[in-house]
Amino acid sequence: MYEALAKFAQTWGLVLFVLAFALTLAYALAPSNSRKFKEASEIPLKDEGDADGEE
Amino acid sequence: MAASDLHHAEQRGGDVMLLAAGLFVGVLSAVFTAARTADPLMSAHAMMFLAAFVAGAFALAQYVSTPREAGPYDFGVVRAGVIASVFWGLAGFLVGVIIAAQLAFPNLFYFPDLPWSSFGRLRPLHTSAVVFAFGGNVLIATSFYVVQRTCRARLFGGVAPWFVFWGYNLFIVIAATGYLMGVTQSKEYAEPEWYADLWLTIVWVVYLVVFLGTVLKRKEPHIYVANWFYLAFIVTIAMLHIVNNLAIPVSIVGSKSYSLFAGVQDALTQWWYGHNAVGFFLTAGFLAIMYYFIPKRAERPVYSYRLSIVHFWSLIFIYIWAGPHHLHYTALPEWAQTLGMTFSIMLWMPSWGGMINGLMTLSGAWDKLRTDPVLRMMVVSVAFYGMSTFEGPLMSVRAVNSLSHYTDWTIGHVHSGALGWVGYVSFGALYCLTQWLWNRKRLYSNALVEWHFWISTIGIVLYIAAMWVSGVMQGLMWRAYDQFGFLESSFVETVAAMHPYYVIRMCGGLLFLTGALIMTYNLWRTARGDVREKERAQGGALAPAPAE
Repeated sequence: MYEALAKFAQTWGLVLFVLAFALTLAYALAPSNSRKFKEASEIPLKDEGDADGEE
Repeated sequence: MAASDLHHAEQRGGDVMLLAAGLFVGVLSAVFTAARTADPLMSAHAMMFLAAFVAGAFALAQYVSTPREAGPYDFGVVRAGVIASVFWGLAGFLVGVIIAAQLAFPNLFYFPDLPWSSFGRLRPLHTSAVVFAFGGNVLIATSFYVVQRTCRARLFGGVAPWFVFWGYNLFIVIAATGYLMGVTQSKEYAEPEWYADLWLTIVWVVYLVVFLGTVLKRKEPHIYVANWFYLAFIVTIAMLHIVNNLAIPVSIVGSKSYSLFAGVQDALTQWWYGHNAVGFFLTAGFLAIMYYFIPKRAERPVYSYRLSIVHFWSLIFIYIWAGPHHLHYTALPEWAQTLGMTFSIMLWMPSWGGMINGLMTLSGAWDKLRTDPVLRMMVVSVAFYGMSTFEGPLMSVRAVNSLSHYTDWTIGHVHSGALGWVGYVSFGALYCLTQWLWNRKRLYSNALVEWHFWISTIGIVLYIAAMWVSGVMQGLMWRAYDQFGFLESSFVETVAAMHPYYVIRMCGGLLFLTGALIMTYNLWRTARGDVREKERAQGGALAPAPAE
């Protein structure tokens, strides 16, 4: 049981991590997402003016 | 308009009823425990819970009879969080200076008649006060602020955010008084006993519901990256807290419990918890602060939103495996030690990615570092983050760890992260929040922020430099053999050799505390709406310094 788990972690674990990282990179770098990320990065800067309650 | 008012009223009814029922159950359990227990420590805590629940019932009645705060946001609880953060920060730093003095002058600050004043009880009081009381209140307050602003939605749950605030602070009081009385389950950074752990679990689940509920009703299509970090912090801390604290109480009305784990399994669970408390409480949560407050204060979007996504996913995927580096040269299987070490080294990349992202947000606006000391404080904190996250992977290497482990080097490393990174980014956020939430155009005094910055920075440098020297010396003395194969130094000789560094460390801590006191005065005057007479002519906080 222990041997099997350790072996699984040391082989398929690696494959899983490489895949997860590749997916993250693909999502982050996909040109189609670039507008979405640009908009998201502006969120903290555009919430001015409503601090006192006016919408 | 009328329909939405009605909706609010209904929602308010539900949360109030739930809290009232919870308080009722709480009062019953506290009375039952106080009546049945033979354990004086449990009795004291049952009475504290009882007092808190009764006070909570009165507060709830007060809440119901007063009209809701107007406006699209609920900032009252954030204001309370700012005040609690400052209070616990001062308490935690003060206890830190006291225990540093105890280590430097053990004869002067040792009172055998007062067991609560011993180092063994004050040390967890210090660590919990700075990490969980100060850091935790900063995280709860900033997360409640940031999630509302970046989702453009009012906090979900009506009275629930207030329950989270008071419930969390009740946990802190129970934990802190427990340490002083001698209640502990002896797990580092997880000392509170089973009943306090259960209480924190309830509070934390409500915290998750409030945060997630606010994210779900957002008016903004995107979930800003800071909220991802906050969410990772809340979810992971829930998981770590529950698993590491699995225990069986000796009696349902007694304070003592025994862990479900034993031996090396217990050690691994503890350091899986312990290191991820660093990773998800002291890192992910405060990175959320970095990703909101630095762009906001610098008035520029984050350097690379793409990098922030890679930063987030790689950080949370890698951090969770790094814990075994706390168990080098132990009964833990060697492959598991190597795995912990490897993941720790890999962590360097996301950490520095995040640091670069924070620092480069200033690109094109570096002049603000000269004119805005609050921004400078946050940027220096990111630099400390980079330094600590370089040092950490280095220390996780087994060969380096054989020198550094159990020495003051570890203490120095922790404090460069805690004072430099967590402390400074929190101070920056507290300066910002006080100015924004009390609707002030500027702080009472920028000059006092400068004083705070420089005094604290000198304090940190003294602290970490002393601990590096002391730690490396200690490690070398422990492993020095003479020509006959005997140890060169006895243990007490290594302790005596550390005395000067302990004195320097105490002075460093004193300077850091002094800086925090200056901040407290500045924040208090800012909240009152005062502006320092000499600085009145200079205008807003971000206005460039006048040409002299």
